[in-house]
Amino acid sequence: MSGFRPGSTLDGVLRIDQGTYDAIVAHAKRDHPNEACGVVAGPEGSDRPERFISMVNAAGSPTYYEFDSQDLLALYKDMWARDEEPVVIYHSHTATEAYPSRTDIARAEEPNAHYVLVSTAEAFSGGDGNSGGPVSFRSYRIIDGTVTEEPVTVVPAPEAASDTDRSQS
Amino acid sequence: MAVEVRIPTILRTYTGGEKAVTGAGSTLSEVIENLEGNHPGIKERLIEDGGLRRFVNVYVNDEDVRFTGGLDTSIADGDQVVVLPAVAGGAGNRAEPAEHCSAERADL
Repeated sequence: MSGFRPGSTLDGVLRIDQGTYDAIVAHAKRDHPNEACGVVAGPEGSDRPERFISMVNAAGSPTYYEFDSQDLLALYKDMWARDEEPVVIYHSHTATEAYPSRTDIARAEEPNAHYVLVSTAEAFSGGDGNSGGPVSFRSYRIIDGTVTEEPVTVVPAPEAASDTDRSQS
Repeated sequence: MAVEVRIPTILRTYTGGEKAVTGAGSTLSEVIENLEGNHPGIKERLIEDGGLRRFVNVYVNDEDVRFTGGLDTSIADGDQVVVLPAVAGGAGNRAEPAEHCSAERADL
């Protein structure tokens, strides 16, 4: 059986607001050339990524990421207290495409999560220190070793964010 | 010694969907044996070659058991045990052979 299985029966789409999308991309650029990682938590069972939480890559590596053990526990206890779960688990690839590696697939142990991969491989390719290059942002379900890519729909930022913007104009 | 064991989503297939179950034992090893009795199959997901699996984190009262004696960590009545899979991954080492991917990538 090949790894890719098109036409999954899952209703696969990641809906994410612009502010959270931008925050993930900014984190990936900030930590480049090391991999950046984090989660977006949301109410359990809602499939709504609402609370952006950047995490420290304890590995501090351009080819590997891992949440620190104590950070991981603190994160989950906080989510449990709020009746949340990790709706998005994101990390960056800094020299390769935004597609799950063998390690990513082997380590994917949250069946309800959207696994977001961001590639910064071309973001700094200008050679002039400019970070304005393209960053790819893709989302996958990874269940029992099977990877299914899903479309990403970016929706306008929540009202709180636009209120803030208005107050500044 | 009765303790509450918090079960991660991926292992709830063994606990009938329960987020937390009750275990018993005076060491972590005994608690896991006790869990296995009530939830067959769960032990293999936690233990490999006589030790805790590399990518499974177990905490007793918020302490990672890797620093408190691993499977020999002592358990007292009312302790809180939490099981969490590591969140990890990454692109891997590009210097390694690309295995079977090379053929698929030839058209890129």
